[in-house]
Amino acid sequence: MTEETMLALDGVTLAFGPKLIQRDISLEVRRGSIFAIMGGSGCGKSTLLKSMIGLLRPTTGRFSVQGEDYWAATPARRDVINHRFGVLFQSGALWSSMTLGENVALPMQMLTQLAPDTIRRMVELKLGFVGLSEAIDLMPSEISGGMRKRAGLARALSLDPDILFFDEPSAGLDPITSARLDDLILNLRDGLGATIVIVSHELPSLFRIADAGIFLDARSKTPIAHGSPAQLRDHCTDPQVHAFMTREREQGDNNP
Amino acid sequence: MPPTATPLSSHPASYRLEGQSVVLAGDWRASDPALPVLEEGAFHSLRPGTPLTFDSTGLGTWDSGLVAFLWDIKRAAEAADTALDTAGLPPSASRLLGLLPDRRADPPAGPKPQPNPLARLGAATIDSLTETGIVATLGAQTLRGGVLALTGRGRMRWADILANTTDAGPRALLIVGVVNFLLGGILAFVGAVQLEKFAAGIYVASLVGIAMVREMAAVMTAIIMAGRTGGAYAARIATMLGNEEIDALGVFGIPVSSYLVLPSVLALTVTMPFLYLYGCLIGMLGGFTVAIMMLDITARGYLHFTVSAFGIGQFIFGLTKSIVFGAFIGLTSCRIGLKAGRSAADVGVAATRAVVVGIVGVIAIDALFAVIADVIGI
Repeated sequence: MTEETMLALDGVTLAFGPKLIQRDISLEVRRGSIFAIMGGSGCGKSTLLKSMIGLLRPTTGRFSVQGEDYWAATPARRDVINHRFGVLFQSGALWSSMTLGENVALPMQMLTQLAPDTIRRMVELKLGFVGLSEAIDLMPSEISGGMRKRAGLARALSLDPDILFFDEPSAGLDPITSARLDDLILNLRDGLGATIVIVSHELPSLFRIADAGIFLDARSKTPIAHGSPAQLRDHCTDPQVHAFMTREREQGDNNP
Repeated sequence: MPPTATPLSSHPASYRLEGQSVVLAGDWRASDPALPVLEEGAFHSLRPGTPLTFDSTGLGTWDSGLVAFLWDIKRAAEAADTALDTAGLPPSASRLLGLLPDRRADPPAGPKPQPNPLARLGAATIDSLTETGIVATLGAQTLRGGVLALTGRGRMRWADILANTTDAGPRALLIVGVVNFLLGGILAFVGAVQLEKFAAGIYVASLVGIAMVREMAAVMTAIIMAGRTGGAYAARIATMLGNEEIDALGVFGIPVSSYLVLPSVLALTVTMPFLYLYGCLIGMLGGFTVAIMMLDITARGYLHFTVSAFGIGQFIFGLTKSIVFGAFIGLTSCRIGLKAGRSAADVGVAATRAVVVGIVGVIAIDALFAVIADVIGI
């Protein structure tokens, strides 16, 4: 059961019209794992994440969720699959006209039959998980960037998803807040039994939480390494991956 | 780990208190409407000092519904001065419970008391005076920037002016044309029905001519521009504010008045008179088309009556109005954009407000012009 494959990509090519982003991506994400998508800036990490949450259809290849071909499904079926996904966007993407509580409540109000007082309890609970119980009636414009990220996480949890996607969760956060967010992610993974896909280039955070991963190369536009961040750091012989994982410049790269 | 995708089962969730132990049984799903709620005062019989334990051997599947219940217990136990021993819970549930605070968040402060009506009236008066002052200052700064730019001592990027002018001018020709053509036609139609009764059908030409030149072309064009261009300016500047682009301009010391406001105001002030003249012409054409079709008059006769209906003074009056309207729409929409909030909803509010203020303001200024014209006898 623990080795079960939740998400799988097989020979996926991503492109915006004629512009190729990445080709030939194959990966498998096991249940309960924290899977890191790594690579330098502009290599297509966020695009890959976009494709996995159903915002960008691959030009070729197959994306399956627990064995079910995602893009071959009908739009209605895709919506059902999407309810299993919780997404934390890069800057939180909170709906700015609503309080934090309303942000977390909206998916439950629109997509479930829960009674209003149950929804209120669940909203308090989800905001409690991320330490924002006091901020339930604040507007997104009244809180700091780190709080916005945590509120975005609470909203991602609102439908009890079992697959979570995080786009750069610790970008722009101070080291302490970032470490707390890592703890939170680990606790949520263990507590909810969720599978997590994370796009990040914060190395300390990646070494600490991720147990599998893929490394995308911007130049050849294809994945060049598979494995957990720690494995890639210790055993990968590719100079580019090694340089990324050890924060060194590649040989022959004289740009400051 | 509980499988999270199984359907509701037939084991209803339940709990009971056995001495110092909470016994949990059944399936605890948040989607179950019959989920038990912790009774008020359930922990009265607890002995303080002895920890509360859990027995979850009969527990089936669960999700955040169980964690919400455990949180209630945690807070009730805290209030009853009893410690919790979570060893009897599923490890993942106790980890989630560990994330949650011990106490309920303080209820938010109630709504502030309303100040009395007199105080509100005073505040509104001071606000509107301040706002008038700010718009006037912005107008003066823009004018100064414009004069400096024209005399070569200030900076203004001609590319911005050109882009703004293209958008406010040539791209608005179609909609201004359609609206004024129909308006001229409608005026001619209404006039023709009435004037024909007195065999004075030919005066439709004078009616359409005077109405378009004096009032309609200027006001309708201004209303179109308030909706089309004013709303766009306010939305653009409000979005820039939200993206900290206005802050970036400020840090460089680039004045907002000459970089953003001046090109917008100048573009509208330059294009409005041309759009007004174009609107007059198209409006008369609309009137001409309807009159020729409905009435027994010749094209030459219609043109003659149109030309002799108004003097050059009427034209200058209309032109002046259109320039004032252009400057007013440009200034107010930029100001509304600059004082908007920083969220997506605020952009919508700013755009709506710019259109409303633009339309109401244009009509109010037009009324003012009518009074002035009456006094000086145009």
